[in-house]
Amino acid sequence: MMANVLLVLPLLIPLLTAATSFLAWRRTALHRALAVVGAAALLAAGIALLVYVWNHGTIATQAGAWPAPFGITLVADLFSALMVVLAGVVGLAVVIFSLGSMDRGREAYGYYPLVHGLLLGVCGAFLTGDLFNLYVWFEVMLMASFVLLALGGERAQLHGGIKYVTLNLVSSAVFLAAVGILYGLTGTLNMADLAERLNRIGPHSAVTAVGMLFLIAFGIKAAMFPLFFWLPASYHTPPGAASALFAGLLTKVGVYALIRVFTLLFVHEREFTHLLILVLSGLTMVTGVLGAVAQQEFRRVLSFHIISQIGYMTMGLGLAGLVDSPALAAVALAGSIFYIAHHIIVKTNLFLVSTVARRICGTFDLKLQGGLYQSQPLLAVLFLVPALSLAGIPPLSGFFAKLSLVQAGLNAEQYAIAATALAVGLLTLFSMTKIWAEAFWKPMPGTPTENAAASLLAPAQTRRLLIPIGALALLTVAIGLGAEFVFTLATGAAEQLLHRESYIQAVMGGTP
Amino acid sequence: METVLAIVVGCLYAAGIYMMLRRSLFKLILGLVLLSHGANLLIFTVGGLTRGRPPIAPPGATQPPTPSADPLPQSLILTAIVIGFAVLAFSLVLFHRGYQTFGSDDPDDLKVSE
Repeated sequence: MMANVLLVLPLLIPLLTAATSFLAWRRTALHRALAVVGAAALLAAGIALLVYVWNHGTIATQAGAWPAPFGITLVADLFSALMVVLAGVVGLAVVIFSLGSMDRGREAYGYYPLVHGLLLGVCGAFLTGDLFNLYVWFEVMLMASFVLLALGGERAQLHGGIKYVTLNLVSSAVFLAAVGILYGLTGTLNMADLAERLNRIGPHSAVTAVGMLFLIAFGIKAAMFPLFFWLPASYHTPPGAASALFAGLLTKVGVYALIRVFTLLFVHEREFTHLLILVLSGLTMVTGVLGAVAQQEFRRVLSFHIISQIGYMTMGLGLAGLVDSPALAAVALAGSIFYIAHHIIVKTNLFLVSTVARRICGTFDLKLQGGLYQSQPLLAVLFLVPALSLAGIPPLSGFFAKLSLVQAGLNAEQYAIAATALAVGLLTLFSMTKIWAEAFWKPMPGTPTENAAASLLAPAQTRRLLIPIGALALLTVAIGLGAEFVFTLATGAAEQLLHRESYIQAVMGGTP
Repeated sequence: METVLAIVVGCLYAAGIYMMLRRSLFKLILGLVLLSHGANLLIFTVGGLTRGRPPIAPPGATQPPTPSADPLPQSLILTAIVIGFAVLAFSLVLFHRGYQTFGSDDPDDLKVSE
C-alpha cells in the first residue's frame, strides 16, 4: 500500500499543481505560490521514495490492479528514485530562481504550470515500467519543453525552437517505430516481461537492430555524437531559468532511458552494442569540449559542455557492458550514476549563474561582460564552485565522478577512453578559466555610465537570485565531501541495474 | 498483404525524409507528418494482420476465438495519432510564427540578427 502511494505521488503532485494553475489562469500570484509548494512537495515525495526503495528494494505497482504484462506498470529501483529526487531538486531551485527573474508576460502566460508539466513528464519517464508509456511520457515532457522554449516568441527563440522541435519529432518517430518492431518481435512492451522474453531469444540480429534504433532515438534526446546539433542551437535562446531547467533535466532523461534499455533489454550482444556506445561516448566528449572552446557566448559554452559531459555518463554504461566480472561492471555503472547526479546539480547551477551575470552586464556575450569579481564577489565564488566541480577539481563532486569512471576504464583495460576522459577534463578546465577570465576577472568594457545603465538589477534582487544558486553550490560541496555515501548509493543502484532478476521479480511477481 | 504494407511504409519514410530535406519549412512539416504516419503504419503491420476476426468473445464463450486480431497495436496507434496530432498542430503554429517573424519559408534565411 505504502509503495503504491509513493510511486504515484511524484506523478500526482506536478499534475495537480499544473492542473490547478491552469484553472486559475492569469492569477500569477497564485501560480507562483503553487509552483513553489508543488516543487517542494515533489522533492519531499522523491526523498520518501528513495528512502523506501533503499530499505525495501525495487518496488512496483500496477495501475488498476491489472496483473503485470497487461496493466500499466510503475517501477522504482534506486536509480529511478534517485533521478526523481534530482528532478525535485532542480525543479525547486529553478522555480525559486524564476520568482525573482521571470518577466511578467511569461508568468501570465502559464510559465509555472508548464514547468510542472515538464517535471511530470520527466518523473513519468523515470518511473514507468513500460516502453510505450515511456514514449508517452517523453511526449508529455517534449510538449512542455516546446512551449517553454518558444514562450515569449523572440526571434532567437523561434530560430532555436524550430530546430529543437524538428529534431525531437524525428527522434520520437524513430522511437515509435522501434517500439512497434519490438512488439512485433516479442509480443509485449512491459519492460520486465520484455527482458524475460529477450533472455529466451538470446543473441539475435533483429533484436540488436531494434536496439540500434533505440540508440538513435535516445541518442538524439541525450545529445550524443553525432546527433547533438539541436542542443547548441536552442539551449541559449529561452529565458535563463527555463534553459537551466532544460540543461539540468532533459538530456539526462535520454541518458536514463539509454541506461535502462541497455542494462535491462539489449544485453545479449554487448561486444557490439556496448563497444559502439563506448566509442560514441569518447567522440561525444571530444566534440563537445572542442565546440565549447570556439564559443564566446556564456550559455553556448555551457551548452557544448553538456554534450561533452553526456559522453562521461554513457562511458560508464559502455564500460559496464565490456567487462566480464559483475563487480567491475557495477563500479563502471556506479560511476555513470554518480556523474549524472553531480552533473544535474552543477549544470543547472552554472546556467543560473550565467543568467545573473546577464542581468548585471546586460549581455550573454563574454567579450562584453566583465568586472563581476569586483562588483559581485559572492557570485564569483558561487560560479567557481560548480565550474571547478565540472572540471573535476577535488574535493568537489566532479572529481569523484571522474575518478570512478577513469578507474573503471583502467579496470576494463580500455586505456584510450580513460585517456580521453582525462584530456577532456583538462580542456573543460580551460573553458571554465576562459569564462572566469572574461566575465569575472577582466574589467568591464565600456564607460562606467553605460555600465550603470546596463545593470538591470537592484542589489536586493541579486541577493534573492543568489539563494537557489548558493543552495545548489552547497549541495555540490556536500556531494564532494560526502562522496562515500553518494557512491554507496550509486553502487547500490548499479547493482540493482545489473541484477535484472530483482527488477523482473518486482514487476512480474504478483501485485503487492 | 504484409508485403504491400511494407512497401507503403517504406515509401512513406522515403517521401517524408525527402520532404524534410527540401528548402521549405512547410514541406518540413509535411515530411514530419509522413514520417509519423509511416511509423504508425509500421506498428500496425509488424503487430500482425488478421482479417475479419475481431477479438470479441461470442455470446456464451469466455474467450475470443483464437486466431483473432491483436487489439494492442491498434490502441498504440490510436494513442500515437492523438499525440502526433497535438504535436504537429503546435509545430504548425510555431513554424507559422517563424514565417511571420523571419519573412521567409527557407530554413537558411532564419538568421538571428546579432
